[in-house]
Amino acid sequence: MSGKNINLTLKIWRQASPKAVGAFAEYKISISPDASFLEMLDEINDNLEKKNELPIAFESDCREGICGTCGLVINGQPHGPIPKIATCQLHMRNFKDGDTIWIEPFRAKAFPIIKDLVVDRSGFDSILQTGGYVSVNTGGVPDANAIPISKDIASLAFDAAACIGCGACVAACKNASAMLFVSAKVSQYALLPQGQPERYQRVQNMVAKMDELGFGSCTNTYACEAECPKGISVTNIARMNRDYIKASITANPVD
Amino acid sequence: MSWFNTFFNSSIGKKFFMGLTGISLILFLKFHLVNNLSLFGGPEVFNTVVKNLESIKPIVRVIEVILALIFLIHIFNGLRLWLENKKARPQKYAVNGSSKNSTVYSRTMVQTGTIVFIFLIVHLRTFWMSFNNIGVNGITDHKYYEFVAASFTDPIYSGFYVIAMILLGFHLNHGFQSLFQTFGWTHKKYTPIINIIGTVYSVVVATAFAIIPIYFLMKGGN
Repeated sequence: MSGKNINLTLKIWRQASPKAVGAFAEYKISISPDASFLEMLDEINDNLEKKNELPIAFESDCREGICGTCGLVINGQPHGPIPKIATCQLHMRNFKDGDTIWIEPFRAKAFPIIKDLVVDRSGFDSILQTGGYVSVNTGGVPDANAIPISKDIASLAFDAAACIGCGACVAACKNASAMLFVSAKVSQYALLPQGQPERYQRVQNMVAKMDELGFGSCTNTYACEAECPKGISVTNIARMNRDYIKASITANPVD
Repeated sequence: MSWFNTFFNSSIGKKFFMGLTGISLILFLKFHLVNNLSLFGGPEVFNTVVKNLESIKPIVRVIEVILALIFLIHIFNGLRLWLENKKARPQKYAVNGSSKNSTVYSRTMVQTGTIVFIFLIVHLRTFWMSFNNIGVNGITDHKYYEFVAASFTDPIYSGFYVIAMILLGFHLNHGFQSLFQTFGWTHKKYTPIINIIGTVYSVVVATAFAIIPIYFLMKGGN
């Protein structure tokens, strides 16, 4: 193990229930620089439980940056100061001895706080239910590569599909807009032949749901791209805008 | 027309009309600037330019009405977006990390826009009203140049113009590249060029407009 422990002051958001008034509580900890951010929170919770106090509620699952469950705003930045990683991949070596760290939940009207640092992101699920799929008849297993797709297009679609739906884009956006998430989901289908039949209905349905849920509008600050743990590009937003505008203006729906 | 309402009131639709009116205003600014630069040709050149515009008054009036509508849609949508976007995050963060992930130009569109709007009111009151002989300070004998020169001898008034033009530059710097993104026109090859053109355009427009009050302030009104 490298280095000696660092001493930190943590200001952590505590809120007992969705309707309760929350406030920051201060905790002091001496932690190894090799610990991950979530391991540090685990240690604080161990100490709290030993003292018979309620542990801090926070979410995590895979702890290797692929599930999108963990998500904290650390010193004003979703997933902390290091680009292209999730909170679980952040290590304490990125902080200095004596630092004060502010830990807040993702804040958005569409992401209501459940408890402490845990927010309800089921809004993302509702958006996916309106278009995050392709309707295909099940049947025999199709032959691999029956539909030719160029490597460039496949790579672009894959980059969009890399979105883990963590919600950092909403947390980072000054308007709490979900455009980066929705555009990634729209793009991963819009780019591939399998997504074409429902391409324009999909973008209209998903945008309508996004607006209905109270996410803000995009003002192209690109904070989402800067904070995205998967580096999803804002060119996906441009693609969604293009498809949505085209769908709205040229669609000729059948009654 | 329900499809139009749906589009106009959707998050992307609001931005689309922001961009559409924005690019119209960007184009208008270019014509405005070219006319203004004729001030450097001296009284005769500028007064002739304004007199020529007088002679096509009906066309100018139609353009003014269209321009006013464009401004209103731009302002209405801008304020609507600002209010709705504030509502989307009722509780602010204790630590604001936005300087680490976005530009100051992109975050202050409503502030720069508001100051430019206040400027527009003052500007119309001074020049549009006088040039059209509305109100008390009408211009006689087509002495437009002399009126402009006299107006900018006030250092406070000129200073306000310069500050407003710098902020207009900030507004344009974000707005120009932003409208391409809104329309969905991004491209690996051309987006970097658009960003450069946008910044150059903003700097040129802001500087060229701001030079006029400075020029007359230094000349002392003649």
